[in-house]
Amino acid sequence: MSFILTFLLMFAFWMLLSGHFDFILVTLGVISSLLVAYWSHDLIFGKVNFGQGLMRILRLIRYLPWLLWQIVLANFHLVYLTLHPKMPIEPAFLTIKTDFKTDMGVAIFANSITLTPGTVTLEAGRKQFVVHAISKYTAEGLLSGDMEARVKEIEGQ
Amino acid sequence: MEIKTIITAILLAVGCFFMVVAAIGVVRFPDFFARLHPCGKGDTLGQALVILGLMVYEGFTLVSVKLLIIMLFIFLANPTSAHFIAKAGYVAGVKSVDEELEEECAHASSLACGSSTDKKVSGVDSAS
Repeated sequence: MSFILTFLLMFAFWMLLSGHFDFILVTLGVISSLLVAYWSHDLIFGKVNFGQGLMRILRLIRYLPWLLWQIVLANFHLVYLTLHPKMPIEPAFLTIKTDFKTDMGVAIFANSITLTPGTVTLEAGRKQFVVHAISKYTAEGLLSGDMEARVKEIEGQ
Repeated sequence: MEIKTIITAILLAVGCFFMVVAAIGVVRFPDFFARLHPCGKGDTLGQALVILGLMVYEGFTLVSVKLLIIMLFIFLANPTSAHFIAKAGYVAGVKSVDEELEEECAHASSLACGSSTDKKVSGVDSAS
């Protein structure tokens, strides 16, 4: 099952990138997709429960617009900090206690923290995050736990 | 056609603005960790807007789909690399501005170090 899915995904990606439908190119695409699927079909799909995976992808898509809006807002804050003559920054290290159940949740949360300007993830783990915040405004936004709750919602049960 | 070109121009200009500000931020901020902030994500939004502008210019073709894939890749890769640079600095014990000042104060006479606000201002000055 994972073999067929990986093959289809790789072949679709090949066709997307090449855009040509010559016999020789399509044949080469089939061969290389088969090779990739044979060697690494357990990497992408593995033992994933497909229904759960699909629900997670749908919830992730619902999360993205909110994240993009936060990125834009926080980027304007960073522009303000950079161009302000006195540069009103207050760097601080924060420790956040979390309890994520999946590595996917940890990865999404860590990348979201780094993407919203003003906070960079230093250490990521299921139990604890160490974060560097550049100003009080961004630190408060993170400590309110809004983002964490949203990422946990993606994880589901 | 005209409107498309105008939207493209606006998106490219705003994207370039964010990238320039990120570059200024890297120069202006006082220490290692603060500098990671602009270079880790001012760039991310900047490149996203530039690529979005190119996609609008190109219309709905195979090229714009490829541009979208590039954009998504940078959205994943840029924060990850910033995180690992930060982690490397944290593990190796790179000092932030406040810590450096405290060490200097421990060696220098007490007159050199005033209140905490003075410390911050002098730290910014010495770095910039």
